[in-house]
Amino acid sequence: MSRSTPLRGVHESLGATLTDFAGWQMPLRYGSESAEHNAVRTAAGLFDLSHMGEIFVVGAQAGEALDHALVGHLSVLAPGRARYTMIVNETGGILDDLIVYRLDEDQYMVVANASNYALVARELADRVRGYDARVTDRSDEYALVAVQGPRSAEILAPLTDAGLDELKYYAILPAVVAGAPVLIARTGYTGEDGFELFVLNEHAVPLWNALTEAGRDAGLVPAGLSARDTLRLEAGMPLYGNELSAAITPFEAGLGRVVRFDKPGDFVGKAALERVAANDTPRRLVGLVARGRRVPRHGYPVTRDGAVVGEVTSGAPSQSLGRPIAMAYVDEDALEKGGLTVDIRGSQEPVDVVDLPFYRRSK
Amino acid sequence: MSTIPDDLSYTKEHEWVAGLEDGRTVTVGITAYAAEQLGDVVYVEVHSEVGTTVAAGDAIGEVESTKSVSDIFAPVGGEIVEVNAAVADTPALVNSDPYGEGWLFRVRVEEEPEDLLSAAEYTALTSGES
Repeated sequence: MSRSTPLRGVHESLGATLTDFAGWQMPLRYGSESAEHNAVRTAAGLFDLSHMGEIFVVGAQAGEALDHALVGHLSVLAPGRARYTMIVNETGGILDDLIVYRLDEDQYMVVANASNYALVARELADRVRGYDARVTDRSDEYALVAVQGPRSAEILAPLTDAGLDELKYYAILPAVVAGAPVLIARTGYTGEDGFELFVLNEHAVPLWNALTEAGRDAGLVPAGLSARDTLRLEAGMPLYGNELSAAITPFEAGLGRVVRFDKPGDFVGKAALERVAANDTPRRLVGLVARGRRVPRHGYPVTRDGAVVGEVTSGAPSQSLGRPIAMAYVDEDALEKGGLTVDIRGSQEPVDVVDLPFYRRSK
Repeated sequence: MSTIPDDLSYTKEHEWVAGLEDGRTVTVGITAYAAEQLGDVVYVEVHSEVGTTVAAGDAIGEVESTKSVSDIFAPVGGEIVEVNAAVADTPALVNSDPYGEGWLFRVRVEEEPEDLLSAAEYTALTSGES
């Protein structure tokens, strides 16, 4: 049984190609996904991300409870600010990557991936036991609409009295947008400036329509999951299920910085992650750029002299680079030796290892 | 709804074949339905060079889009007599004009399989899939 967001009718009226994503019927693209990708890089795109999960953690010890439940140091987060973090299991494997917003002194919102939020809500409820903190999964009540791209601020500004200029990257504030109460966050998954608007389901359609109208002259277009995937890949951002899984620790994923051993007290997975951190990881997440035009895709083997030395986790043709790009886990010793290839359906295609991200916006 | 011209033959692999009734050489491309399913086509390669002989059903190339890659099959057997260089340079032609400028290759027919579909049969096939 596939679930629908409050915006499904809007997507259908726009002629979107819908796809199943983590059990949700989501817009894959409305027309050309390359055009949607380019609109986000040069103007702005409008996304329905209502499949994401919103889990509220509320109480006098909500911050301490999250310090115990997650790898980050959330109790020191200032109200109105956000942090990228992870929830891991006892062996340090990643259960999900999260953005945690501190809405108030005693109120946090944990935003989890569609495929994981039910598990995350259960784990959080379990892990906060003993703290003065209460976990409520409000994913079913909230829609999420994102405006992403260099012209996002000028599109959003006329619809709200909120001071967008003062709203920093990775910050959030409650406001009224087009008449609806909204949590405006300056976060995203595209590598561009932009906003994520958390809104109750009943306001989602009017909010989408108001943004569409406000963005018409600025070149705002609706953008689907296909463009979202190529945008995040260019920006070097991991996707749970591709780069991240319960078999991967934050250190292998190149995201060891999110693990805060220096925070007070114990946290779930700490002992295991300390062991991981003390040793060199045998493989590492890297960026690959293909020399040819064939695309290394999810699951393809990375090879060297005919031997498998890694695996591609995500790959796509890159609009911004004009060549195929990929992320892959590759053995350290093979990275040192160089001369890597990807086995693209039986032929060994040369690739170059590059630093992530592939694309960085000009400020 | 994508267009399905009446005067072409089709395959279950979503290719079209033009010119079967009037002669020895046919033109082959992928259907508008297939192009829509693929999304933006970014790379087209016919591996078999002009002059080589292929059998009906052979995988002779590939079409890559943002999200996926698909094989190109020879819908009929015979000699490859032309490959569309314009499509190799501008793969988006497959999306913008799948039955026209987006054609892929031409074959001098030596073997015509019996399971090619009429436009009506292909319409039935795609309406069942979508």
